Amino acid sequence: MSDAVAVHAAVEPQESPLTPENWGKLGMWLFLAGDAMSFGCLIVGYGILRYASDSWPVPAEILGINLTALMTFLLIVSSVTMVLSLSAIQHGDRAKFKKFMGLTILGGLIFLGLQAYEWTHLITETLPHHNLSFSTHLFATTFFVLTGFHGMHVTGGVIYNTCVLAAVLRGRYGPKHVEIAGLYWHFVDLVWILIFTFVYLL
Amino acid sequence: MATTAHKEPNYIGVFWWLLVLTIIELGVIYLPIAKIAIAAMLVVLAISKAALVALYFMHLKFERLTLGLVALSPFILCVFLILMLMPDIFPR
Repeated sequence: MSDAVAVHAAVEPQESPLTPENWGKLGMWLFLAGDAMSFGCLIVGYGILRYASDSWPVPAEILGINLTALMTFLLIVSSVTMVLSLSAIQHGDRAKFKKFMGLTILGGLIFLGLQAYEWTHLITETLPHHNLSFSTHLFATTFFVLTGFHGMHVTGGVIYNTCVLAAVLRGRYGPKHVEIAGLYWHFVDLVWILIFTFVYLL
Repeated sequence: MATTAHKEPNYIGVFWWLLVLTIIELGVIYLPIAKIAIAAMLVVLAISKAALVALYFMHLKFERLTLGLVALSPFILCVFLILMLMPDIFPR
């Protein structure tokens, strides 16, 4: 079966996702379901602790949302470039794939840079100013655990995407591998959408 | 086999929706209405955005139902977790 047919099977509901061509995708979905449970527990735990607390600060006042809104925008854009790179490789356009996958990786790197900047700013200036720290208030603890766990996923995604890009350029990977990497990257974007709302805006 | 001509989702259209919903979210938090109403709107908006990403970018809309059930399974755990922790926070 050619790659084109495998990809076709991936988006057509008539074919079972349990054919050997799709095991990788099914594996990624199972991993993501487990990963979503980890994130789900962290977010629920955050909500319960916040609800039970008498002294929870208003997150937007301490964290600020302008920079985070930009980071959200950036991740959404990188998700779009990811699907465009998948579309390009499905149509056999390797140059376009290279461009969009490169932009996706760049988006992830800028996101990580902004998060590093945000954390540095919070740890050295904002939190001490409000008499908060990682170890003294659950607001800060849950914030760093949640965004840190997500940041780790972005780091992993950047490395994963870089490996996929290299493997495609060497001709070892095809469209279906890009689709599987895309699933992971979109999941990271999806989780950030939830974190942005629950941790920053609410 | 000329099977590559499958219907591709309108990715750019989804992007505009995500952008508009994000801007609405940023606007909602400044509305002069009850906080609980703002919270409800934010949750609905966030879940809509997450659903857009899962359905179109992750192609869930074009997959079999079984895969959708796999994707939804973590939510069962979350609901269960909330119910289990309820007794801890409600006597307050």
